[in-house]
Amino acid sequence: MGNVISLDSILGLGELKAPAETPVAAASGCVSSSCGSSDGPADMDPAVWEKVKNHPCYSEEAHHYFARMHVAVAPACNIQCNYCNRKYDCSNESRPGVVSEKLTPDQALKKILAVAQEIPQLSVIGIAGPGDSLAANGKNTFKTFEMLQKKAPDLKLCLSTNGLALPDHVETIARYNIDHVTITINAVDPEVGQHIYPWIFHDHRRWTGLDAAKILHERQMLGLEMLTSRGILVKVNSVMIPGINDEHLLEVNKAVKARGAFLHNIMPLISDPAHGTHFGLTGQRGPTAQELKALQDQCEGGVKLMRHCRQCRADAVGLLGEDRGDEFTLDRIEAMGEVDYDAEAARTYREHVENERAGRHAAKAAAQAEVVETVGDTVQPILIAVATKGGERINEHFGHAKEFQIYEVGPKGAKFVGHRRVDQYCEGGSGDEDALDTVLSAINDCAAVFVAKVGGCPSKKLEAAGIEPVDRFAFEYIEESALTYFKDYAERLSQGAINSRAGQDAVIRTGAFTARRA
Amino acid sequence: MAYKIKASDCTACGACEAECPNGAISFKKGAYAINPSICTECKGQFDSAQCASVCPADCCVPA
Ligand code: SF4
Ligand code: SF4
Ligand code: SF4
Repeated sequence: MGNVISLDSILGLGELKAPAETPVAAASGCVSSSCGSSDGPADMDPAVWEKVKNHPCYSEEAHHYFARMHVAVAPACNIQCNYCNRKYDCSNESRPGVVSEKLTPDQALKKILAVAQEIPQLSVIGIAGPGDSLAANGKNTFKTFEMLQKKAPDLKLCLSTNGLALPDHVETIARYNIDHVTITINAVDPEVGQHIYPWIFHDHRRWTGLDAAKILHERQMLGLEMLTSRGILVKVNSVMIPGINDEHLLEVNKAVKARGAFLHNIMPLISDPAHGTHFGLTGQRGPTAQELKALQDQCEGGVKLMRHCRQCRADAVGLLGEDRGDEFTLDRIEAMGEVDYDAEAARTYREHVENERAGRHAAKAAAQAEVVETVGDTVQPILIAVATKGGERINEHFGHAKEFQIYEVGPKGAKFVGHRRVDQYCEGGSGDEDALDTVLSAINDCAAVFVAKVGGCPSKKLEAAGIEPVDRFAFEYIEESALTYFKDYAERLSQGAINSRAGQDAVIRTGAFTARRA
Repeated sequence: MAYKIKASDCTACGACEAECPNGAISFKKGAYAINPSICTECKGQFDSAQCASVCPADCCVPA
C-alpha cells in the first residue's frame, strides 16, 4: 500500500503561517476560498456547509482530506448513452460506467466495513452504477444503504443517477437520509438530447429519438425539483461533447441553477474507438483542457462549478485521484470473516481536519492580501501544476505523480481549477522519455510545476518546454506557495527576466488511471 | 412461445429480471436465463416484450 496518503504527510509537516490579522470579511472580494466550490462558511449556508464539508466530491476543500468509496451494486440501466458501452468492462479503465467487480448488497456491506477499518479518511459511500443506481427499481442500491445505515450510521450516503427513474424514488431517498444525489444532465433541450441518447426504457416501453430525449429531460427536471424542495443536495454532472452540447451547457447551467442544484460538474467526454461506444466508433472527440476550462470559466457565476471531479470508476476507493480498489478485492474481503465497524479512528481524523481548517482559512487570506499589495492587479493570472498526495500540500515526487492538480494564481488569489491525469512517468527510477512527453503535453499550459522533488533530467526537459520545475516549496501548503511564487513571478516579469506564457493548450488524458500499487 | 437470452451477448446486468411481469427470468449458474414455460412474451400484459425493450445488449429474442 506504499503510496497511500499517510496521516503524517498531512499532519505535522510545515508550520501554519501566522494567523492573519486580516479579518475574513476584508478579503471577501474573491479570495481563493470563496471561488469555485471551495467556499468555507463565510458565504455558505451553515446547514449546507455541515452537509458538504467532509464530502470530497461536493467540497473542493474536503477533497484534499476525505476519501470516498463507490460500491458497484447496480449493474442495470434504463437508458442508452452514446458515450457508454454496457458490454465494456476493463480494469485498466477509469470512467463512470466501467467497473470490474459487481457486488451483491451483502458483499458491498462487508467491503465498506473493511475499508472503513483501514482508511479513517473514509467519509462517503456512493452508489454510481456501474449501470444506473435507480434502474431495476433501485433494489440493490436501497438494500445496501439500509444495511449500512444500521451498521455505520456516521458514513454519508450518496447516489448518482441519469434521472429517468428519479421522481419515483425521491421518497425513499429521503427516508434513507441520502443527503447527496448526483444527476447526469447533458442537455435541457430534446433537440440536443436526441444526439446523446439513442433510447430510453420508460413506462414499459422503449422510446427513441426526440420522444426519448423529451421524457428524460422532463423526468430529470422534475426529480431535481423534488429533491431540492426537500433540502437534499443535488450535484449535476454534464459531459462536455464538442459540437453537440458544448455551448448548450451554459443553458444547462442556468436551468439547473434555477431549480436549486448545488454544484455543476462539467466533465470532458472520454472517447476512444477501443471502448466500442457510439461516440468512440464515430470519432467524436473530447474537449481539450483549455476548451474545458474556457467553458467552466464562462459558467462561473452560475451554479457553483466543481472542477475536481475525477470521473471515478463505479468501484473507486480512496481519496479523489487515487484508487485503492485493488487492495479490497472480493476474495480478500471474503477471507476477512466478520468485520466490525469502529468509528473511533474516523472521529479522531475528523477532529484533526476541523482544527487544521480554521488555521488554513486565515493563512490563505493573509497570503492573498500580501500579493494584492505588492503585485497590484495588472498581471495576468498563470496556471501552476501541483504534485500532491492530499492534505493541500505539495507532497508528491514529480515522477510519482499520477495526476497534477492545476491552480490558477493571480492578483485575485489562488484557486483550484482542475486536474490532469498523467501516466506514471517513473516506475523504477530511470525516467522514460515518452512518458515525460505525455506529462509535458498534459501541463503544457502551465507556467510552473510544483513538486516535492524532481530529477535532473526531467527538470531540464521541463525548462526547455518553458515550464519551470519548482521544488523549493516541498511539503508546504499549495495555495500559499502559489501566491508566493506568483509574487516572485510578477517581479521577474516586470524586470523582463521572463516572458509570460499565454495561449498554450494541453491535452486531456483519459483512461490509464488505475493507480495500481506495488 | 417464449423469449430466450443469447448468452454470448448478455452483460448479466439484470435489467430484464426486474422488468419481467411474470418472474420468468432468473440468475442461475452464473447467467441469466428465461424459463420458457413461464414466459408469455408479455402478451396481454404489455405491447412489447419487456425484457427485449430494456436489454442494453439487445440479446433477448424470440426463441
Ligand atoms: S466520479 Fe466524480 S462525483 Fe463521483 S466520486 Fe468521482 S469525483 Fe466524485
Ligand atoms: S417476454 Fe415478457 S414474460 Fe417473457 S421473459 Fe421477457 S419479460 Fe418475461
Ligand atoms: S437485460 Fe440483457 S444484458 Fe441485462 S441481464 Fe438481461 S439479457 Fe443480459
